[in-house]
Amino acid sequence: MAQIDQLDPELGASLREKYAVVGVGETEYLRGSGTTTRAMAVTAVRNAMADAGLGPGEVDGMLSYSGGDSTLSTFVSADLGIRLNFYMDVNGGGSSTEALVGIAMGVIEAGMCQTVAIFRSMNGHSQTRIGGTGVRAAAPVVGEFLHERSYGWQSAGQKFALAFMRHMYDYGTTPEQVAHVKVAHSNHASNNPKAYYKNRVTVEDVINSRIICKPLHLLDCCVETDNATAIIVTSAERARNMKQIPALIRGVVGRVSKPRADLYYEAGPISTVAGHYAGPRLWRNAGVGPEDIDLTGSYDAFTFTTMLQLEDYGFCKKGEGGDYVSNGTTFLGGARPNNTSGGHLCEGYTHGIAMVVENVRQLRHEADDSCPIGPDGKRQHTYDYSIGGCRQVKDAELSANLGWATPGTGSALVMRRGV
Amino acid sequence: MSETISTEYLGMPLQVDGLDHSNLAYFKHCAEHAFHLQKCDDCGLFRYPVSEGCSWCGSSNATWTPVEGKGEVHSYTEIHHAIQPAFKDFTPYMVLLVDLDTQKGAPTEHESLRVIGNLVTPDGILAPPEMVASVGIGSRVRMVFTDVTDGLALPQWTIDEAAEQPSQPWRYPVE
Repeated sequence: MAQIDQLDPELGASLREKYAVVGVGETEYLRGSGTTTRAMAVTAVRNAMADAGLGPGEVDGMLSYSGGDSTLSTFVSADLGIRLNFYMDVNGGGSSTEALVGIAMGVIEAGMCQTVAIFRSMNGHSQTRIGGTGVRAAAPVVGEFLHERSYGWQSAGQKFALAFMRHMYDYGTTPEQVAHVKVAHSNHASNNPKAYYKNRVTVEDVINSRIICKPLHLLDCCVETDNATAIIVTSAERARNMKQIPALIRGVVGRVSKPRADLYYEAGPISTVAGHYAGPRLWRNAGVGPEDIDLTGSYDAFTFTTMLQLEDYGFCKKGEGGDYVSNGTTFLGGARPNNTSGGHLCEGYTHGIAMVVENVRQLRHEADDSCPIGPDGKRQHTYDYSIGGCRQVKDAELSANLGWATPGTGSALVMRRGV
Repeated sequence: MSETISTEYLGMPLQVDGLDHSNLAYFKHCAEHAFHLQKCDDCGLFRYPVSEGCSWCGSSNATWTPVEGKGEVHSYTEIHHAIQPAFKDFTPYMVLLVDLDTQKGAPTEHESLRVIGNLVTPDGILAPPEMVASVGIGSRVRMVFTDVTDGLALPQWTIDEAAEQPSQPWRYPVE
């Protein structure tokens, strides 16, 4: 039997561009939503349905992900008048979105349903804090956590820091290089009217912000917000008759893991992340390579997660991530902008789904910036990326989303602008 | 079934379930200040932490075997903003990932038997700031134990005074 690691080049192409993201929607990004995760999820899915031009009788599948901090598909579908032929609510945070897109394609392909809404709803600031403070820090320490929380080693930043630090040691990556990720995303967020943080910051601002846990300063860490976000997946054939230009799904990989995904760093090298394993499978499935991609959505729970993934998915050579994120490539106006919405560092925290929403809008050439709307109802993009200006990537055709769960696990999605 | 251990450490409730035979065995050895890990009867490799099978070969046959608590810091984080209330009085504190000398470079050059712990004083108290500032990647450390209750001690790391230390361990460049 062939080893699983030997990729059959013929496989992966059969569903290429057979499915599409046809609708996107969200709530406002707030601290203090003043409402429930159920109410927010209903709003986000309703907005995504309206965006796609779909009524309640035209969505029959639902997927969501959470960490015991959200509502369920049963309630959200009922509140929208949807009768489901399929639903699942899975346990998961970052990198769930891309994996669920793959699951949605699979269940539609299997004839289980026709059109799937995927949502994530969270009061990540006002109820269950994502950073681990509050209720999660107060829970008794049992089982596996005896080897983690007993040492004050609990939050995502604390857990991931060992990989980040070792990358600096192994490759000479500097704090200033990595700080450029925040600088780029803050520049992008300044052109995103819905971003929670719209102020542009400098490398010095990042380096001079207080240390949370080395190597992470406050501004290396993402924002915690309350919000719900949704996307709708259906077949490319159905997408042709829908309201929007579809974002065709070229290829997807889900929850690809390093050996020992349990985050005790037993398998090495620890400065390599799951993208090392996910990349070849992603590019094989998508039939394109990193050099073909116009814009990326590399998950930015921290500045370092963006850099490590771009490096291990092959956007630069191993060890050169620090240069890649600081040489201008990933800024709007650069060769391959990353997280043009401002991402989790600035726009708001959604466990990755908002980065897919952003790329769908980019591929439609309808980034929701402050550019004027023309007589045809479409935004007239200026491509002037100064503060408060445009954030549309010119002629965007191909995007890649790189979702991060931990250094050991990730998912990814390549989409192409449809017609 | 064994009895469940319920206790407190720095004000945090810790619990080892009576059904959790592997963790009970691990912490019992620690309470005796004799670090043991499961060694695979089939491939001969140790693994960390406690598990129900060999992560290198998948075998479920293992024997608790003594391991020398000496090694070198592979990576670390220095935590200035504690998440858990228990640790707020001890900032900055250090979480160390230590390559043990035992099984160094196995099963491949990129692996080692890596064990987590805080940097502590020789008597098991979270290290003071000046001690934290002296440790980095490459520092030589030895295992000590923080006693919590009967049947439960936490393995920890302190500076190995007898070992030759690097002239300058690698530390994050911003203080």
